[in-house]
Amino acid sequence: MGKTIMTVDDSSSVRQMVSFTLKDAGYSVVEAVDGKDALQKLQGQVDMIITDLNMPNMDGIELIKNVRATAGYKFIPIVMLTTESQNEKKQEGKQAGASGWIVKPFKPPQILAVVQKLLK
Amino acid sequence: MTRENMSDKEKMQQAFLEEAGDLLPELETALLELDSDPGDADLVNRVFRALHTIKGSGAMFGFEEVAEFTHELENAFEMVRCGELQVSKELLDLTLSAKDQIQNLLGDPQDHDQEAMQSILEALKEILPLEHSTQGQGEGLEEEQQPAGEKLVYRIRFKPEKSIFATGTNPLHLLEEIRELGQACVIAHGEDIPPLDKIDPEQCHVWWDIILTTTQGKNAIQDVFIFVDEDSELNIQLIDHGTESGQAEGYRRLGEILTERGDISRQELESVLGNQKRLGELLIQAGLVSRSQVETALVEQQTVRKLQEERTRDVSSSSVRVPAAKLDDLVNLVGELVIAQAKLTRMIGDHENRELKNISEEIERLSDELRDNTLGIRMLPIGSSFGKFRRVVRDLSSQKGKEIELVTEGAETELDKTVIERINDPLVHLLRNSIDHGIESPAERVRLGKPRQGTITFSAMQSGGNVVLTIRDDGRGMDPEVIKAKALEKGIIPPGAELSGKEILNLIFLPGFSTSREISDISGRGVGMDVVKQNINALRGRVEADSIPGQGSTIRISLPLTLAIIEGLQVRVGEQYFIIPLSVVSECVELTSEEKQNRSSGRLIPLRDTLVPYIRLREWFLIEGVPPAIEQVVMVSSTQMTVGLAVDEVIGQQQTVIKNLGQAYQDVQGIYGATINGDGSIALILDIEPLVRDVRSNESNPAVESSFGFNTEAS
Repeated sequence: MGKTIMTVDDSSSVRQMVSFTLKDAGYSVVEAVDGKDALQKLQGQVDMIITDLNMPNMDGIELIKNVRATAGYKFIPIVMLTTESQNEKKQEGKQAGASGWIVKPFKPPQILAVVQKLLK
Repeated sequence: MTRENMSDKEKMQQAFLEEAGDLLPELETALLELDSDPGDADLVNRVFRALHTIKGSGAMFGFEEVAEFTHELENAFEMVRCGELQVSKELLDLTLSAKDQIQNLLGDPQDHDQEAMQSILEALKEILPLEHSTQGQGEGLEEEQQPAGEKLVYRIRFKPEKSIFATGTNPLHLLEEIRELGQACVIAHGEDIPPLDKIDPEQCHVWWDIILTTTQGKNAIQDVFIFVDEDSELNIQLIDHGTESGQAEGYRRLGEILTERGDISRQELESVLGNQKRLGELLIQAGLVSRSQVETALVEQQTVRKLQEERTRDVSSSSVRVPAAKLDDLVNLVGELVIAQAKLTRMIGDHENRELKNISEEIERLSDELRDNTLGIRMLPIGSSFGKFRRVVRDLSSQKGKEIELVTEGAETELDKTVIERINDPLVHLLRNSIDHGIESPAERVRLGKPRQGTITFSAMQSGGNVVLTIRDDGRGMDPEVIKAKALEKGIIPPGAELSGKEILNLIFLPGFSTSREISDISGRGVGMDVVKQNINALRGRVEADSIPGQGSTIRISLPLTLAIIEGLQVRVGEQYFIIPLSVVSECVELTSEEKQNRSSGRLIPLRDTLVPYIRLREWFLIEGVPPAIEQVVMVSSTQMTVGLAVDEVIGQQQTVIKNLGQAYQDVQGIYGATINGDGSIALILDIEPLVRDVRSNESNPAVESSFGFNTEAS
């Protein structure tokens, strides 16, 4: 069965790029525009989440914490997208339960490498 | 890059432009509101987010300049967010005019005010405290090119933090990845698993020792654990590196390994050593270490001992030097064996005797292995030529007053010795071209906004039965318009010819396309490219060019791994058998007599939407007899075009041992060599390029029918 990945980003171009790359590699993709939207769409089969950290309404850190508290999604891989290479933000994300991170700007092969690493 | 990819890229770029079109007004509004209410954190966030997206996405969709420029602004607002910088009128003014520049830049990347941008950045630097001007390089899963080298043994201890599952990490996946790096022996330690009634299933109680034998570097191992938290214990140690292979008494003893790992102390070890039982048993009995700890130490000992043995063997065998001629003889003999074996298989094919069949199959397996091994002996890493290339680049670039770096990848890629020797000159030629005509002078590069130093990347990699060599430069590239105009002028293409961008670029490989003086003034390239192509074709390789004007050119060469044995398609014309190299065959179609009559003048066969010219091998080789009512046409493609070869029958695919025809037949056009079939008959191996050339000339001048036959002109 194909895996489903949720991409959460307020930037439509990033969502489009991520989703395009993943679909091309045979994954199903659910798109969400921010943390709030993502939580609402978090039902059924979602095998992995790729989320931006900086978003209006609910940011990535909050989203990760909420997902980790949702039954059924406690242990799925969550990757955060971050332009901040400052460690605090990354640490905060990891503390919240992120499985990994991708530093922006990234290219499609990098996303795929991380997805394939975490989603076996 | 294929056209399809281009349009995807463009689609994504379009999406970014639309988004930026929304973000920029939003940025402006937020900035203006911020002007009247400088303390509003929400507004600062809005500004930051807009800049953040423009920067991040810009870099991803090929607007590097926008990203670089916006980066500094983003930094400034990040500091505002952290309270390290106050919102000032100056900052807002700068950001507003920067926003206008971004808009210009997105509208037309060619036409923008470099000076204005520069002065904005400088003014911005003035307001920023010094430390924040640069940001650390992003980390991530960069593929690292480790030179392939010796096999090394690592000891990895991975003790995940108990809560590791809560970060969505599965330790088993990590172990799996480690196994992909080389030969891994994984030992799980279960001593810490609590009794069933006390176990928390959401926690990880197991930890692992891994002994990994790999040619990869430590970085590759660390990359596997890149997302693993610092709270997990991870210890990667190199326990055997190649240089220590001379150790006389072999690898360390069990006790030494355990003490070195800190599992027991030396005193503990020595007190236990007083008794003379097996050390491992004693240690376990003494309760100093667990059974699994001893086990991993033993595995480590074995792995390293085995590797060191292997290495000693390697060292002694690497000292054997054999004249190349002896290797050639061996390859010939193996070729004979493959043929003899094919005969045997054929004979036994319809035999009842089971035992005989078994023996035949065993011989088949052995001769296959022998063939692969023998061909393997002739393989050399292409890296042996890299030193020479470096020298060419160094000398020539200083001569031309250019600054060029040669980056090489895939030095370990192996090619047949003969292929390496014969590909050397064409490669040097291509490098010269890149240096001479591709890379611009430092001054010009700076003017174009490129780094002062040009880069030529030479990479080699194996892909199936071929090795692909790529020479890529970041110079001025080739202009299709100029090439097309030149080709028209030279009469290489007829007026009004419709050619794709790629086809146009590949015109440079045609004979008579250009001489150095004429083209170097205009666009570079074209210096004796036809000679390069001829050399590569002689090796049964292919070459093609690609280029983005202003960004550089790429020449891609695909070469067969070996010259001795190929996959071929056997066909028959009359009583004569031919082999067509399978690498050029695209498909087979039927030619009915009806179609032959329909197009009596031109020899064309309909293939889907197009008409493809074809020739009859029967006529080319003057074979007597009448073709059958339905002929088979094998479609073969060269870099120039696809043509059909009409034959009586297509027999099938087979391993073909290439035999040279000898001096007398050296110049026969259209024949590359010969091979011997399983039944002892001989088949000629076709050289496709001359056949295709002939079709081309016939196509442009259909009256010439008489040029069929052995064409003995020197090429």
